[in-house]
Amino acid sequence: MKFSKIIANAGEWLTGDGPHRQIVVTSRVRLARNVTGKPFPGWAKKAERIEVLKIAKAAVMQLPAMDDAFSENLEALSPLEKQVLVERHVISREHAAKGVGSAVVMNVAQSLSFMINEEDHLRMQAICPGLQLGKVFAMINRADSELESLLDFAFHPKLGYLTACPTNVGTGMRASAMLHLPGLVMSDQMNKIINSVNKIGLAVRGLHGEGTEAMGNLFQVSNQITLGETEEEIIERLKKVIETVIEHEQNARLLLLQRKAIALLDQIGRAYGILSHAHSISSKEALNQLSVIKLGIDLGLFPESHRSSVDELFIETQPAHLQKGAQTQKMSAEERDALRATLIRAKLKSLPEPDTTKITIKPSGSQENDE
Amino acid sequence: MQCDVCQQKEATVFLTQIVGGKMQKVNLCEACSKEKGVNDPTGFALADLLLGMGAAQEIERSPSGVTCSVCGFTQADFKKTGRLGCSACYDVFAESLESMLKNMQKGSEHVGKSPASLVKNRQMDAQIKNLQSSLERAVAEEEYEKAADLRDQIRRIESGQRV
Repeated sequence: MKFSKIIANAGEWLTGDGPHRQIVVTSRVRLARNVTGKPFPGWAKKAERIEVLKIAKAAVMQLPAMDDAFSENLEALSPLEKQVLVERHVISREHAAKGVGSAVVMNVAQSLSFMINEEDHLRMQAICPGLQLGKVFAMINRADSELESLLDFAFHPKLGYLTACPTNVGTGMRASAMLHLPGLVMSDQMNKIINSVNKIGLAVRGLHGEGTEAMGNLFQVSNQITLGETEEEIIERLKKVIETVIEHEQNARLLLLQRKAIALLDQIGRAYGILSHAHSISSKEALNQLSVIKLGIDLGLFPESHRSSVDELFIETQPAHLQKGAQTQKMSAEERDALRATLIRAKLKSLPEPDTTKITIKPSGSQENDE
Repeated sequence: MQCDVCQQKEATVFLTQIVGGKMQKVNLCEACSKEKGVNDPTGFALADLLLGMGAAQEIERSPSGVTCSVCGFTQADFKKTGRLGCSACYDVFAESLESMLKNMQKGSEHVGKSPASLVKNRQMDAQIKNLQSSLERAVAEEEYEKAADLRDQIRRIESGQRV
């Protein structure tokens, strides 16, 4: 499978459906594993990394789920192609910086991916739309069990799976969900949520994980602890917390509708105006305005039929995706901003004006809770 | 405690560095620390951030010259990167890891998934142990036929265990 072919299609997590899809964009679980007796990638010599790469890649390619998979060594990918994979959450930013001795493998649906020689020999991840942590864990757990008979994983009887960083030792698992929380942001409750989530051993991060800015009202919630709890316990706790955050987000939206309807309508109207008339727009502004349009769809102000094209814009307006689509020489930031605006205008051309009667007629906003 | 540089004022900045496996401690007063440029918090925040507060001190306590005999990773490398060199490092640096894990994890023992082969081996080990105690009892009670049977069972399990 070629890069151009796999990248022509959006991943299943973007186009598919799942529970609480309005608020939970994706659920992800990643496992870190290392081959026993080999130094971790950060300490291994180039020849050792290449050796691990060979055996790990061969094992991954044997998995039934990886039939017709895309697989490439990182030195064979251009910086642009790597960035596209980062924007799709297939590889991390750290992995994109790697070259010889590292590789990426992913299935056609882009729901299962493997980073070879990132911080650990193997980082495998499953991703699905909506709140489906149990399902994504089952997917990746199966791949892990199948790999076990092909690779000898570093496992300590007391400490569990051994990882390069002690923050991952034990289960080696990081489960996370990407949440769209415009209601909590608009009502200034996000800091409160972040603080209380942090207190119970979970982390809240921006769009691209550790150390990144929150854009487009998107937040990642994930477990911090990997030792002393079973995978199921970690996932169950995370799921409960996310369900609580969903409830808070729904309440925040209801309150905004009841008490700040004008301000809310104003934001949605302005987002509509900017996106449908801008001729130059940065990726940050695009994400933030698209987030407001997405909220408008959730509230019934825009037809549901436009949901997928708005969701797609979240990815398509990212810098590397724009550049990839342009098929010209490397664009300047200004050229990208112009192209981004053109793309958005074209895609939102058929989006009707916000139907403001929806809010005044139904101040309770009950339609948003109907699943 | 006096400042090591000016030998006059009270030391308020305590600096510990591990260079080439050797630990160096310097105590400075505020003025001298500013002069030497060591009050830059970023130089030391890394270890604390990665390993949890107090972890840096914990690492110092274990012998500073420890090196992993398998991969050559040193205590200093660990402090610098917050990462380990290979799976054997977990045993080499077990002492400093223990308190660190206590700080940032929920427990110090893994209770989740184990590789299936390991689970199988563990079950077999337990099974063999059971059979062996029955065998000893059978011998003690002079039930040799039963003992022979038990011995065969143990052999069968053992021969199939390590593939």
